[in-house]
Amino acid sequence: MEEVRLIEVKEEIMADNVKVATEVRERLRKTKTMLLNLMSSPGSGKTSLILQTIANLKDKLRLGVIEADIDSKVDAENVAAQGISAVQLRTGGFCHLDATMVTQGIDALAVNDLDLIIIENVGNLVCPAEFDTGAHKNVMILSVPEGDDKPLKYPLMFSICDLLLVNKIDYLSLSDFDMSALRKRVLALNPRIVILEVSCKTGSGIDAWVNWLKKEFDVFKQ
Amino acid sequence: MHELPVTESILKIVLKHAEKNNVRKVVSISLQVGKLSDLEDEWIQRYFDYLSKGTVAEGAKLKIERMPIMVQCSDCATSYEAQATNLGELICPACGGKNITLVSGREYYIKDMEVQ
Repeated sequence: MEEVRLIEVKEEIMADNVKVATEVRERLRKTKTMLLNLMSSPGSGKTSLILQTIANLKDKLRLGVIEADIDSKVDAENVAAQGISAVQLRTGGFCHLDATMVTQGIDALAVNDLDLIIIENVGNLVCPAEFDTGAHKNVMILSVPEGDDKPLKYPLMFSICDLLLVNKIDYLSLSDFDMSALRKRVLALNPRIVILEVSCKTGSGIDAWVNWLKKEFDVFKQ
Repeated sequence: MHELPVTESILKIVLKHAEKNNVRKVVSISLQVGKLSDLEDEWIQRYFDYLSKGTVAEGAKLKIERMPIMVQCSDCATSYEAQATNLGELICPACGGKNITLVSGREYYIKDMEVQ
């Protein structure tokens, strides 16, 4: 029987993705284009938020959108109808975006002429949390109908985001959603996260979101 | 759900080290994966068996060590292990503080491999 020997490997499994993600961040830093990764469950309001953001910011910032819906062009068409550069990545059933896929999206946009690119990641609270896309900021949406227990079920996602938008607050009066319990759970996972309450439908809280975005962009530009 | 791309990365790294070390056969691979990751051990092995067919890593057993989720109390600096299911509702066992910060639990690491 041939002898078994041990080889020390000592390598990060995700090192390749982290390397590409770092390249994306540096490349966009040179063109002063901020990349924002937007994540949430399906149906929590990513596209509605992007449309609200476009309506509020298109005169102030030059925007681009990378759409990663699983296999349709609906979202990109909705965004492009607002006169914004949009590229649709056909992720073909993939559950998340990685930095290489985001690079393809960036290649398809004229980044030199853009201030802010928003990635609409695949609707999923599990897998996108594990893959660095190269974004400068990670933002997630949790909508009221999903429930205040989601930080307990998907702790990784809540732990990696810079901002949490609690959407559909117009549903609060119809539900037993406990906002203070949610805040406590999220801040325990991630004390530096900013939490904003919004409704893309009524427009409530959208000002605070747009101000956060403008402020982060100003910090990024310096 | 994202086990496939993760497994592809594992295989790529393993084959790189196998080639460098003139390996004839990979017997086992030791991984360290944080408990915050949602990877399923069984699926990583199944994908690995599929992807590694025809390579020196075919038939290798993945030994997955789950790394604990460690948290620290911001008030008294006590570190302790937490469970993923109650991360949002932690209270420091030493001082009763509620300002708990996550220290580790997201690891994705290949430690070593046994080869012939």
